[in-house]
Amino acid sequence: MGTVPSALKHCLSYQHLLKEQLWIGEPAAPPPALHPGQEFQISGLPDYVKIVEVGPRDGLQNEKVTVPTDIKIKLINRLSKAGLSVIEATSFVSSKWVPQIAAGATEISVFGAASESFNKMNINCSIEESIEKFEEVTKSARNMNIPVRGYVSCALGCPYEGNIIPAKVAEVSKQLYSMGCYEISLGDTIGVGTPGSMKRMLEAVMKEIPVSALAVHCHDTYGQALANILTAIQMGVGVVDSAVAGLGGCPYAKGATGNVATEDVLYMLNGLGINTGVNLYKVMEAGNFICTALNKKTNSKVAQASFKV
Amino acid sequence: MTRGRLSRERPKMVAAKRALPWLAASLRPISSTAAGSLPKQVKIVEVGPRDGLQNEKNIVPTQVKISLINMLSETGLPVIEATSFVSPKWVPQMADHTEVLQGIQKFPGVSYPVLTPNLKGFQAAVAAGAKEVSIFGAASELFTKKNINCSIEESLQRFSEVMHAAGAASVPVRGYVSCVLGCPYEGKIAPAKVAEVSKKMYSMGCYEISLGDTIGVGTPGSMKEMLSAVMKEVPVGALAVHCHDTYGQALANTLVALQYDGTRAADSFTDACFFIQMGVSVVDSSVAGLGGCPYAQGASGNVATEDLVYMLHGLGIHTGVDLQKLMEAGVFICKALNRRTSSKVVQASCKL
Repeated sequence: MGTVPSALKHCLSYQHLLKEQLWIGEPAAPPPALHPGQEFQISGLPDYVKIVEVGPRDGLQNEKVTVPTDIKIKLINRLSKAGLSVIEATSFVSSKWVPQIAAGATEISVFGAASESFNKMNINCSIEESIEKFEEVTKSARNMNIPVRGYVSCALGCPYEGNIIPAKVAEVSKQLYSMGCYEISLGDTIGVGTPGSMKRMLEAVMKEIPVSALAVHCHDTYGQALANILTAIQMGVGVVDSAVAGLGGCPYAKGATGNVATEDVLYMLNGLGINTGVNLYKVMEAGNFICTALNKKTNSKVAQASFKV
Repeated sequence: MTRGRLSRERPKMVAAKRALPWLAASLRPISSTAAGSLPKQVKIVEVGPRDGLQNEKNIVPTQVKISLINMLSETGLPVIEATSFVSPKWVPQMADHTEVLQGIQKFPGVSYPVLTPNLKGFQAAVAAGAKEVSIFGAASELFTKKNINCSIEESLQRFSEVMHAAGAASVPVRGYVSCVLGCPYEGKIAPAKVAEVSKKMYSMGCYEISLGDTIGVGTPGSMKEMLSAVMKEVPVGALAVHCHDTYGQALANTLVALQYDGTRAADSFTDACFFIQMGVSVVDSSVAGLGGCPYAQGASGNVATEDLVYMLHGLGIHTGVDLQKLMEAGVFICKALNRRTSSKVVQASCKL
């Protein structure tokens, strides 16, 4: 950037910004009908990406401040009004481990990991033992017609083991998928992945699981999340996990960030012309709401650029 | 990091101690091949001491600037934009341009370009020992008007004076084009306009054109569209990208700029094949992500060099930069500025 006189700096009020913000705009219109024989692969990117909002669960779980239930409910309602079709609202763990429990769910998640050490430290058993437990849970859930989403942590690296081989991620993912999980969310738990490691991991996993059943859950601890998400969607992944306002720090690196901000993901997808069905303005408002309640600054750059500080 | 030895410490504390090995891994010689058809090597142009500091509120003492540039020289960065020969009336932070340029250690093989907005600035720069200069154009008429009070055409005429003098003195000139993906005044910018201005500056003799997403509003799609247009007029080897991270899009935008297959340039985004490749191999960034955005109070500006290097090394791309030393330079200048780093890699590394 060239020389810029300081007179150009200006403050815009929240309302003014949201109305006149040129760059946020409306979500992309649905693409025109494809010609016969034309597949979406011609553009290289999916026409639609489903956002799985994990702020109320994964995000709040990793925030120091315990949030009152009514605030959680208000947050979830706001997110739902923003058009988010999947909002992870609860946690299927013992309440003595995690204070941020919400009751009731129409869908459950099971958390596997591609690292033995991580599994041991996290849930005190081996990967094989955890898979056995999940099989029981998944079976019961399916008997009650409750869909089960599988998560694989440490897909691109482990805080204890370091590098994780793609074949291991593929193996655990396949086990979760085979037992009946409808979707497998591949998590870069400590955010160490880069587009190259994302590509290699997805190539291995996609040999075992159809890409339509895959999601990516990228952490932004090293600032790589959007580049990694872009790589994943270039490979055909159509589901992305994110957290409003980038809620949730990283328990493995003090002071570092964790989840990628939903607002920033939406900004990128909107710019790419990918449909999400989500209203970015409303997500920003929900983000502003929860950050005020938590008395913290948002981790979303889009929000930082758009709100008066 | 000891394999197979599980600590009894709480996960948080164990992992906090283990954060650094991830950085160590990215410092080791690259063993994996680069993903896809990415360049094997990327030249990083470090703009922290100029673009970064220029946009920081606190005035930094001359000696601190010199120390910063010296530390950056130690990291292996091949190009460090040292200062700006602009009137102190406009940019007080750069008032000590001569002292800085003359005070820094000039490492062999490292280039220290300086910004020169006009002939007067150029002459002062050369007198102070500058061996390379930069000039700033824009793809937006309104931005040019507000910034330097003339039209794009008039600005190019001013630059041609600098180009003549630079040619006579055998001083290479780098050209910047601002607002390539959007303008704070005009809004959307047509890729053809960016191509036109880039072509003119390249034809005038700039050896490289740095395409700047000045307000960080671009996304991978608009980046590709813009590059497709520019690459019809300027060879990709003469292009650089200067992405701002104001909306968190910088690394994603940089990534698409790097991806290039070399044999096909898409006419439009929708016509391109799976995994569109662009091929730029020069990227501008700023240590610690110095430099906010003057158009959005409180927002970030330049992308952090540390985060860029982390991505490039992870991709198996050679930069010649020692990430550890770079992080130290970032920590140094943030302490001097009394501000928090904007680099996520540094935030994650428990250095502070």
